[in-house]
Amino acid sequence: MSERGIQWFRFTAPANFYDLAGRLIPWFAALTIALFAAGLYLGLVVAPPDYQQGDSYRIIYIHVPTAWMGMFLYVLMAVYAAIGLIWRIKMAEIMAKAIAPTGALMTFFALWTGALWGRPTWGVYWVWDARLTSMLILLFLYLGYMALHAAIDDRQRASNASAVLAMVGVVNVPIIYFSVQWWNTLHQGASITVTDAPTMATIMFVTLMIMVLAAWMYSIAVVLARARVEVLERERNARWVQERLEDGRT
Amino acid sequence: MMEFLAMGGYWPYVWGSYLVMAGLIAVEMVQVRYRRRSLMGWIRRMARIRAQEEKQ
Repeated sequence: MSERGIQWFRFTAPANFYDLAGRLIPWFAALTIALFAAGLYLGLVVAPPDYQQGDSYRIIYIHVPTAWMGMFLYVLMAVYAAIGLIWRIKMAEIMAKAIAPTGALMTFFALWTGALWGRPTWGVYWVWDARLTSMLILLFLYLGYMALHAAIDDRQRASNASAVLAMVGVVNVPIIYFSVQWWNTLHQGASITVTDAPTMATIMFVTLMIMVLAAWMYSIAVVLARARVEVLERERNARWVQERLEDGRT
Repeated sequence: MMEFLAMGGYWPYVWGSYLVMAGLIAVEMVQVRYRRRSLMGWIRRMARIRAQEEKQ
């Protein structure tokens, strides 16, 4: 009985995910559009220019959300990778793999917008300081994870090897976060912390939080969509895929 | 309108940030959609072949 139960679970877990994600994605996509529309309008039109930085500070509305997302997605990817490695849960392996490209993209956005914000405010696009360098390492960790996954043909070995890389790389995330306290750096400290009131105007803070939520919703939608394709690719010969094709529930 | 686009003289930095992000997000979405579409095409073809084999 129990053996049959386990096999049944294994057979349906990806199918359940496939159906559930298919229902959830449109909602997250709609939320993404609504939040981005509101955030962009408030950030680019309504919010006043900064008294020191003029309009260049408006980069904050994409710089901070993507930087947070890049760090958070890395931790999430490592957690899924660890679950996949330790308990051999197929869906966890798929989620880790599906998160990586979006995490890499978010990290790249943080670096790119940071460079374009650094030029007018610091006078340089890039400096080799602690915050910027540790963020660049995060991007390389993502790219290394993806390259390692792609380089090994055997799916299980690829998943195991890249999971170890993801887990080791987690040490970099607190380094990024605390880099502005531990080292002298050109990058400013945190304006928003859990313990103190934010050191910025209310309209700017609210807009920033809307953009943070928008980045969340986008990441969830696109990661679920990618994981869904990954499930389909692995299970393309399974009976449940045929059933959904016949019912038109794809 | 021109004033909005000029971003107080910071337009290359502000629009350089926002447009690159918009462009790459579009690329990411198209890439996922394309992967899904080509995979669905493969699955449909295989289903057709299987159905034909069953008929014969």
